[in-house]
Amino acid sequence: MRYLPLTETDRSAMLEKIGASDIDALFADVPAEALQKTPIAGLPLHASEMAVERHMKRLAAQNLSAADAPFFLGAGAYRHHVPATVDHIIQRGEFLTAYTPYQPEIAQGTLQVLFEFQTQVARMFGTDIANASMYDGSTACWEAIAMAGRITKKSRAVIGAIHPHYLATSQTMARFTGDTLVPVTPVLSADAGEDAVIAEIDETTSAVVVQYPDILGRIPDLQKIADAAHEKGALLITVVTEPVALGLLESPGSLGSDVVVGEGQSLGVGLNFGGPYLGLFGAREKYTRQMPGRLCGETVDADGKRGFVLTLSTREQHIRREKATSNICTNSGLCALAFSIHMTLLGGEGLGKLAAINHARAAHAAKRLGAIKGVELVNTGGFFNEFTLRLPGHDAREIAFRLTKRGILGGVSMGRLFPDHDEMGEGLLVCVTETVSDEDIGLFADALEEELA
Amino acid sequence: MNAPNKSGWKPEMGPASDGEAPATASGDYALALEEPLIFELRGKGKCGVDFDYDPGEPSPEIAKFVRKKDVELPALAEPETVRHYTRLSRQNYAIDLGPFPLGSCTMKHNPRLNEAVARLPGFADIHPLQPMDTVQGAFAVIEQLADWLMKLTNMSAVAMSPKAGAHGELCGILAMRAALEARGDAREVVLVPESAHGTNPATAAFAGYKVENIPATKDGRVDLAKLKERLGPDVAGVMITNPNTCGLFERDMKAISDAVHAAGGLVYCDGANFNAIVGKVRPGDLGIDAMHINLHKTFSTPHGGGGPGSGPVVLSAALAPFAPIPFLRRDDKGRLRMVEERSAKTHAPESFGRMAAFHGQMGMFTRALAYILSHGADGLRQVAEDAVLNANYVLRSLEDVLDAPYADAGPCMHEALFSDDNLPDGMTTLDIAKGLIDEGFHPMTVYFPLVVHGAMLIEPTETESKIGLDRFIGSMRSLAERAKAGDETLKSAPRYAPRRRMDEARAARKPVLTWKAAPGQPGEPSLSEIGGS
Repeated sequence: MRYLPLTETDRSAMLEKIGASDIDALFADVPAEALQKTPIAGLPLHASEMAVERHMKRLAAQNLSAADAPFFLGAGAYRHHVPATVDHIIQRGEFLTAYTPYQPEIAQGTLQVLFEFQTQVARMFGTDIANASMYDGSTACWEAIAMAGRITKKSRAVIGAIHPHYLATSQTMARFTGDTLVPVTPVLSADAGEDAVIAEIDETTSAVVVQYPDILGRIPDLQKIADAAHEKGALLITVVTEPVALGLLESPGSLGSDVVVGEGQSLGVGLNFGGPYLGLFGAREKYTRQMPGRLCGETVDADGKRGFVLTLSTREQHIRREKATSNICTNSGLCALAFSIHMTLLGGEGLGKLAAINHARAAHAAKRLGAIKGVELVNTGGFFNEFTLRLPGHDAREIAFRLTKRGILGGVSMGRLFPDHDEMGEGLLVCVTETVSDEDIGLFADALEEELA
Repeated sequence: MNAPNKSGWKPEMGPASDGEAPATASGDYALALEEPLIFELRGKGKCGVDFDYDPGEPSPEIAKFVRKKDVELPALAEPETVRHYTRLSRQNYAIDLGPFPLGSCTMKHNPRLNEAVARLPGFADIHPLQPMDTVQGAFAVIEQLADWLMKLTNMSAVAMSPKAGAHGELCGILAMRAALEARGDAREVVLVPESAHGTNPATAAFAGYKVENIPATKDGRVDLAKLKERLGPDVAGVMITNPNTCGLFERDMKAISDAVHAAGGLVYCDGANFNAIVGKVRPGDLGIDAMHINLHKTFSTPHGGGGPGSGPVVLSAALAPFAPIPFLRRDDKGRLRMVEERSAKTHAPESFGRMAAFHGQMGMFTRALAYILSHGADGLRQVAEDAVLNANYVLRSLEDVLDAPYADAGPCMHEALFSDDNLPDGMTTLDIAKGLIDEGFHPMTVYFPLVVHGAMLIEPTETESKIGLDRFIGSMRSLAERAKAGDETLKSAPRYAPRRRMDEARAARKPVLTWKAAPGQPGEPSLSEIGGS
């Protein structure tokens, strides 16, 4: 077998050294009735590289990939061009096949990248600090709510128009921790609903959680919500599912957010059918010791040379066990590397350009699609690269499905995201990034027009 | 300063050659290359990405939201970027460079075929919310992997969405709690052995349970009699790692499960060490209710310098109804459908809910599936056998020079455990570990499990050759002998690594977590500042 270097000669020699008669002598502690004597039924036997590749290619061919269709999906997962450099570097074995940098003397490559990554994220978010990444945006969102509870000693969080999966993930956890979540369900309107969120804040509120831009693509007035939250002693947690937006929009940290979490998949990572992704987590410096997840810090070695280590691990499970700030162990290291390389290629100015292009492409598409008879643009108050169309009298799920029959991946239906809110069913969330051409927009518009006619 | 490795194949012992070799002007030493931070590389006024579209001004509606100036981050041109990260990569140890015997971490070879298939556009370039008919092949990958994980464990169901091992533990514990609550039997205590991974008690506490320790027997296993004494109506369940973190199979696992079930509790098995038994033992045969499987351990998906992982959780029939959404089912036409919030009321009324956005770590599923296909049921047995053989070979090759607390009791499973009992005063496990770095190996897991003093936990995995193991054993024997001889030079190891021992106390005392420009020089340091030592 190509992944196993031991030969039969090796195995015999090693058994002899061990003093075991055969291999099953080493499994002597397994009760005889539980030890499988033959290969487990129902699985195939070993296969060559060529055969495995053929099998996997056949499965891959059963999917309609974004590259093969005009593509307009977003809703927490965004398709951006990833420079070839990114994938080349993350496949270097020194990054790909390293472990968590617990031995810093021989892990400075990973550690320096994490330090650079933390700085990049903090500056994008406008926060003092950022951690070395979380599993993804949705789990980072819950971790932020839990952290706000630790800081404020309160347990009632008000939740605005965030991604419904983020809300659902947090609700799962809250059910077990005893936190109360108060969701303010969005409606299909241009108003980003700040007042409805603010109306729910009271003295018992630990955190207010809003998304920027929100799940309908609207841009909420963060400063207004921050002021209202702070007045009642609550923290503002801002969720960013599309970090490219921060190339164009003011950073959440500069608008009063105390904690900023997000999904970093947009930069460097790719769609990957939803995972692995990259949780981003930034906060004010005074909350450092309440942060979940790994932190990389600067220090010196015995010769006084600058170097980096994982630090403040007394917050973490391997030291604190049941008293840890989180049970998190793995982060999303390789995705953080991909994000960081992409950000290094872009820089602040390049991110600004990329964001401006996204916005311009989306504005163009919104104008074209909004002009179709039977289509209303919800986001008349502005959007970044994602906006909601209202299709009065239609279930947008059905329209999205029929568009695929024409070879077009035409957005995410609000009905899939908000199944319990029938009034959202007419909404179609459309995302337009730099990867979408004028021709794609034309094909989409023509198809939508015909479907609605 | 880095000293050159004078002999190539095997570094010579003795004092570092700092004093003999002249310092260089650059601060680099041939292939030992230092690298500044990106913020110190004058990354202003350039970009590593070209754009071919002029966006014009943003639309007037968003003018009030537009930032006044760009995010303050440097950019590097492509050649500089490639060089920066390539130079940094050379300061990392990795499986591709040599043995990485971290106990409980299963650092095995990561097949490159898996990387290739995960990048097929049909998997890598599809969106999680595409209409389901357009992603039947992706669903088929998840379904096939799920089916094989159930068969390998003889369990009834599997939750595929957990993002990593600890997330999988949480999934299992939440399913247990949901099942207990559903039968109106709220309980409050979870029992965890002292030797458990830190994630076990952290997970149980996170899910709202009180955590109590289960004592171990002298031979390093769960004390069944003591466990039985503690069981009662307040105990929700146990979390047992099998094989355990001492590298031993829990012989009484079935009796433990039966006793816990008889007392009305449930059994969580930490599957971090599944590599030792994959294809040889089906944990479901031992009566467990839930177990996470780290795809990044047993099924070879890369650790990536600390993730991403993936932690599917197999569940017993008792827990299956409470599994998280989403999960796959086939409709009456045989099409695969993801059961999400919309259809959960019909198909998963008792599900405890969603654990993360979307459907799980698809990129890890494709890799794990390719790995299982490559090995097959026959190859996976060989994986476990070779992993156990390699660990026992290390155990028997070192037990005369290092204290092996459980070696007399019989064979180990996939990892060999040693303590610092044989080391003279003043010589520590850490010194051995840092000495191993100079020998060109990644250290073993140290000071874990906590039940053994100065623990050294060595997991070679099945992808180490005998010649590789013999070299490693040679180095370990040499280090043990040097330690016993009181060789003080060990205290200053590593000498040949890119850095020497790091001042971790300083890092924690006044944390510096982001880079800040020196006053008056925002991102534009002078050459002397970036010129190395």
